[in-house]
Amino acid sequence: MTELRQRVAHEPDAPPEDKESESEAKVDGETASDSESRAESAPLPVSADDTPEVLNRALSNLSSRWKNWWVRGILTLAMIAFFFIIIYLGPMVLMIIVMCVQIKCFHEIITIGYNVYHSYDLPWFRTLSWYFLLCVNYFFYGETVTDYFFTLVQREEPLRILSKYHRFISFTLYLIGFCMFVLSLVKKHYRLQFYMFGWTHVTLLIVVTQSHLVIHNLFEGMIWFIVPISCVICNDIMAYMFGFFFGRTPLIKLSPKKTWEGFIGGFFATVVFGLLLSYVMSGYRCFVCPVEYNNDTNSFTVDCEPSDLFRLQEYNIPGVIQSVIGWKTVRMYPFQIHSIALSTFASLIGPFGGFFASGFKRAFKIKDFANTIPGHGGIMDRFDCQYLMATFVNVYIASFIRGPNPSKLIQQFLTLRPDQQLHIFNTLRSHLIDKGMLTSTTEDE
Amino acid sequence: MLELRHRGSCPGPREAVSPPPREGEAAGGDHETESTSDKETDIDDRYGDLDSRTDSDIPEIPPSSDRTPEILKKALSGLSSRWKNWWIRGILTLTMISLFFLIIYMGSFMLMLLVLGIQVKCFHEIITIGYRVYHSYDLPWFRTLSWYFLLCVNYFFYGETVADYFATFVQREEQLQFLIRYHRFISFALYLAGFCMFVLSLVKKHYRLQFYMFAWTHVTLLITVTQSHLVIQNLFEGMIWFLVPISSVICNDITAYLFGFFFGRTPLIKAAYVLSKYQYFVCPVEYRSDVNSFVTECEPSELFQLQTYSLPPFLKAVLRQERVSLYPFQIHSIALSTFASLIGPFGGFFASGFKRAFKIKDFANTIPGHGGIMDRFDCQYLMATFVHVYITSFIRGPNPSKVLQQLLVLQPEQQLNIYKTLKTHLIEKGILQPALKV
Repeated sequence: MTELRQRVAHEPDAPPEDKESESEAKVDGETASDSESRAESAPLPVSADDTPEVLNRALSNLSSRWKNWWVRGILTLAMIAFFFIIIYLGPMVLMIIVMCVQIKCFHEIITIGYNVYHSYDLPWFRTLSWYFLLCVNYFFYGETVTDYFFTLVQREEPLRILSKYHRFISFTLYLIGFCMFVLSLVKKHYRLQFYMFGWTHVTLLIVVTQSHLVIHNLFEGMIWFIVPISCVICNDIMAYMFGFFFGRTPLIKLSPKKTWEGFIGGFFATVVFGLLLSYVMSGYRCFVCPVEYNNDTNSFTVDCEPSDLFRLQEYNIPGVIQSVIGWKTVRMYPFQIHSIALSTFASLIGPFGGFFASGFKRAFKIKDFANTIPGHGGIMDRFDCQYLMATFVNVYIASFIRGPNPSKLIQQFLTLRPDQQLHIFNTLRSHLIDKGMLTSTTEDE
Repeated sequence: MLELRHRGSCPGPREAVSPPPREGEAAGGDHETESTSDKETDIDDRYGDLDSRTDSDIPEIPPSSDRTPEILKKALSGLSSRWKNWWIRGILTLTMISLFFLIIYMGSFMLMLLVLGIQVKCFHEIITIGYRVYHSYDLPWFRTLSWYFLLCVNYFFYGETVADYFATFVQREEQLQFLIRYHRFISFALYLAGFCMFVLSLVKKHYRLQFYMFAWTHVTLLITVTQSHLVIQNLFEGMIWFLVPISSVICNDITAYLFGFFFGRTPLIKAAYVLSKYQYFVCPVEYRSDVNSFVTECEPSELFQLQTYSLPPFLKAVLRQERVSLYPFQIHSIALSTFASLIGPFGGFFASGFKRAFKIKDFANTIPGHGGIMDRFDCQYLMATFVHVYITSFIRGPNPSKVLQQLLVLQPEQQLNIYKTLKTHLIEKGILQPALKV
């Protein structure tokens, strides 16, 4: 393989002065521990200010502290508005946005890895990282999305073959990447290459699996996508607000700005927000119904009979609260009770994802993951708390909400061997008879 | 959290002989000035430098002590050291092979336990290397957390796969039913607890080190635990799917060393031929609740029934036979052996690269003359995944016991609907006789 070329490290956001010290370190050669320790102990360069000109002009009179606050505020509103627009555009666009966010997060984390290990010049490695990202995405999309597009896939011959031997094809693609990695090991840089290999795989594990669970949740019904994300965002904002106004006791050494008051206040505010949001959303079919692919119109439809979860029911208020509110019963959607669980998770455990990211940033001495969003940092900075939320929602749905999909089970049944089918049929029959659902006379119809 | 204690440099019983060199000694002048200002310098920085330097600067991790048992040493004391090494290797190879046969004889349950034992040992070996590389043996929480994560992931996998096979056993016990129903949630909660403990255990000066160990642990889990579970799933398909691939890799190892590529394949086809005759190897492993043990009795599938194939013309000339009776499985075994010979070695190269990168001679010193358990199993790494993918793609469809389990979890009305659909389907296909009370 080609030797490590003495290219100048090209980190797009780095200001010029730090680049020079890095390239000096490279030109000096391997034993330049002096310049390296200099480069290491200095924090990785603060990225240039990316605020658009228009904002800069508009806020030029204010002092820099308020300016920062305004920039942050405006961008927050811009992101929220963007979020609403995308929801309006429908599930397909949402899926694409999720994929883009995933790719951007992957890019940000891998770039940090390159900076940490000064391995930007390992020629094969960038290709290999992106190749692995492609493989893993292909595998996941194939496993999940084909279930939803089942009839479409069965119609087209090439898609059918791709779907039937999907695992084998994905495994072959991954193997090719693995063999390329082994062949690309260069004598002086084994350790670096193994580190980058490990770094890539851990990043894939974090970023790609989470994004696919998000898409799974989306297919259950847009409400399962919107409510969790909104709860995390709300908790972020509310904890910041409560901390700003009431904050005194620091929460954890990792993030000195977080306070207990913010944490607890954010918790209660998020639960209330979750309840209100679910109440509003449960009324609309387009949010509540599972996303389905309609073969006739060749598009996604969200039309169905809402399940029990989304039908108003009367609940008796326990005595304690009755005296406070003065109502005997309340009409709620059962989903709102689930939303309490989701909000609780978002407030209590979600912040751990944020602490994890803070620890990561401190470990590698970076201020933000990247500088994509002015005032906010990179995409990863916004999504670090979401990290665990997507997995939780998916596990929650799988455990408590829905069982296995009956039509999918029938499909699997039809692919079994006849003797296996008979065995399952008989077991099911005896089970139903035990339960009293079936009597020996009714089976003769 | 506790500060990093400057304990003595002996990380474990095996490496008691030679302490790992202090990182400062190897690098030279500038590090002396650094060590005087140790307290201010982040320990992370010192280890961070370790990463960016090229391999030649990294000090070698000292080789572990010699663990050859006394008896062997006495028996071979006469020979020169080169032959002695060869003999030790040879004797240990034979010992391992006979141990293998013994365990096969004892049955599938013992094999499962063996696979689990190997997995835990491989995990331990790789994690120990990580500790030595990062001198992080003293991070107090980390050893606990690594083993905890291993436990969590194993619990998750065993619950997902093995529970399917024990469906009848599980239906009887109430607590097990609860565990199975909410299995994913329980596993996730356990993992989360570990994650939160990790975040809470981050110590100011050791962030980078802790993140490195966290990632090291996860990559190791990804490699060892997933592979071992795929091995166990292959085992449940029928012991032959476990034995033939492993033997292919071992055989390829040995014969590639001795003879070369082509001869590595032929004996395997014969082995496949021999094993296909016995129900013990060929039948899927099932758990019978009446006998409370694993049984391998069944009607062998078509894959394991002799069929006659007409030979293509060029082979006819060579072998001078018109037809040959083969088990269809033998044709699959050619695919398995080909993979073992062509791609299996890449797993070995990967492990060699890893050892060179971290300047270690062997993963550990468990087996005298051979190194650690990981050294023996590095080529198997990819084989298990390949066999699993091969089986799911080409051999069998979905797992019947899993389908059954999912059926039993549904609501009664849904079950009734499915029952009616299935009944019509089976009657159509003629599998079920309409008038017969089955």
